[in-house]
Amino acid sequence: MATTLPARQTPHATGRAGSAEPVHRADVAVDAASGMLTGVDLAVRTAGLTKRFRSGQVAVDGIDLEVPRGSVYGFLGPNGSGKTTTIRMLLGLVGPTDGRAWLLGEPMPDAAARVLPRVGVLVEGPAFQPYLSGAANLARLDAADATADPRTSRRRTGDALERVGLAAAARKPYRQYSLGMKQRLGLAAALLRPRDLLVLDEPTNGLDPQGTREVRHLVRELADAGTTVLVSSHLLTEIEQVCSHIGIMSRGRLLAQGERSVLTDARPARVVVTTTVADADRAAAVLGSLGLVDVVRDGAVLEAALGTPPETVSAALVGAGVPLLGLEVRRPSLEQLFVTLTGEGFDVAR
Amino acid sequence: MSLADAAVPTAAMPSGSATHAAAPTRVRGAWGRLLRSELRLVFGRRRNIALLVGLACVPLLLGTVLFVTRDSALGGQGPGFISRVTENGLFLVVAALFMCLPFLLPLTTGIASGDAIAGEAQAGTLRYLLAVPVSRARLLGIKALATLAYVACAVLAIAVVAFVVGAVMFGVGDVTLLSGTTVPVADGVLRIAGVAAYVALSLTGLVAVGLFLSTLTEVPVGAMAGTVVVAIVSAVLDTLPQLAVIHPGLLTHHWLDFAEFLRLEVGWGVLGQGLAVQAAWVAVFGALAWSRFTTADVTS
Repeated sequence: MATTLPARQTPHATGRAGSAEPVHRADVAVDAASGMLTGVDLAVRTAGLTKRFRSGQVAVDGIDLEVPRGSVYGFLGPNGSGKTTTIRMLLGLVGPTDGRAWLLGEPMPDAAARVLPRVGVLVEGPAFQPYLSGAANLARLDAADATADPRTSRRRTGDALERVGLAAAARKPYRQYSLGMKQRLGLAAALLRPRDLLVLDEPTNGLDPQGTREVRHLVRELADAGTTVLVSSHLLTEIEQVCSHIGIMSRGRLLAQGERSVLTDARPARVVVTTTVADADRAAAVLGSLGLVDVVRDGAVLEAALGTPPETVSAALVGAGVPLLGLEVRRPSLEQLFVTLTGEGFDVAR
Repeated sequence: MSLADAAVPTAAMPSGSATHAAAPTRVRGAWGRLLRSELRLVFGRRRNIALLVGLACVPLLLGTVLFVTRDSALGGQGPGFISRVTENGLFLVVAALFMCLPFLLPLTTGIASGDAIAGEAQAGTLRYLLAVPVSRARLLGIKALATLAYVACAVLAIAVVAFVVGAVMFGVGDVTLLSGTTVPVADGVLRIAGVAAYVALSLTGLVAVGLFLSTLTEVPVGAMAGTVVVAIVSAVLDTLPQLAVIHPGLLTHHWLDFAEFLRLEVGWGVLGQGLAVQAAWVAVFGALAWSRFTTADVTS
């Protein structure tokens, strides 16, 4: 898919990205501006967040993240694009060299003690004490939470394990877990108590297709209940379907963010017309007369940038007596959007 | 993995329906809860238990050797307090601690303290603890307390086993002090307990050093080895007369001052000096550990 994209779209896209003006959803920007300076209507907000490591490498380069409350925000980018460093800064694990961050309207890391109990996290893969069982590991994390009620600890750990399908392996030592089970235990830890925000870094890593589907199901279920979910992935297709909002990172910069449909609709759709080989020339002429540009002919199949409503195209073709065997409107996929923004394949490491 | 087939149960727990929930409040006794959890982790770990068992074997072996050889030409020989063990089993406590102090106890201290932070970093569990959230100062405090408890337990294990083995093999009687004076057995037991307590407190400075090293690395073995090296280097420097001027401040210089408890008039001033040096090391390296750990980026 990526390689068939017309190359000349790329300069246009990079020009857009290079203008340092990410695609913003207007009402979110207004929310941020009209709300208090801390961005109370955004579950996650950063302003010029930057991390320069001592090696001189700029892992995160002045990003302005805006995750509206109640959204499922897909935080996308290749491995090494700065997603995990951003998440670590959001959680106060790594200090930013510049810029600020707010979680649930409160500044981080200053408000960590107040905010983080309401935030469930999975950061860069699960990590637990290898010699403790899954249940004991969750009990340990719960004991570390100064705001968790010890009386309900047992029930909550049990429920969390149940929820990710690990109840049967609750007493097994963590080191005997398979990669998929470890990932599930990580999710269970994030669900130890009701959360307002879930930050899930690569939650589908190591899961089989069935497990990946379950994670999507879980994310959707949580989002339906009102939890904001920030989910990062380098595998676009795995989370694309559940996201209401998208942010795309590459080389430490946030190239685009906003509502998913707005982002993809901002790109021109293409129309694909199938007719007979004999009528293809006439069809091309009709498309040209409609003012469609970028017409590409391949035997009986014609492709053009869609500048008019598709029903106009079909009516004009039928009106001109062209046998219309098929007409398809191709909306640009997120992957195409990504490729046009970054000029590279999706799964490219830095 | 059969679990892959398990469907996600819906509504098994109340989910995050409260979108604008108030900030959660602290539950009373949260410190104690985390400390108990930490102690369970430290004392539940097989390596740590094996270490305690190993230390407890020292007085058992020492007692056995002295018991078997007591009527031979070798009986009553040996450095320091060892020659007195056959006369009075209580001295086995002192002799065993004396033997463990140069290396085995620093090793135990190094393992426990070096693992404290670096072990969590290596396992990756540190980032999850901090995201719970546990404040870094609180986590460091909990780790320090658990390490101190473990080191105290190590000293106690040696002392208790030595006491039992000594009593069974050699009997316990009135204690003849270093000056030759004899004090009643109850007084003697108190003095021996003082020796054990002083030895345990003498290790607190090393615990602080180990904790600091543990905040510097994600490789626990490195922090452990570093801590042991610090103790050994200190002991070596202590033997160089050219460095006499720095000797009083050395970590290990006052370690053998526990002998004060075996004098007729216990030299509290000497003991206090030793403890003051430990307190200084705790203050300096505790502060270093705190400043490092509360500011460092956690990238593990």
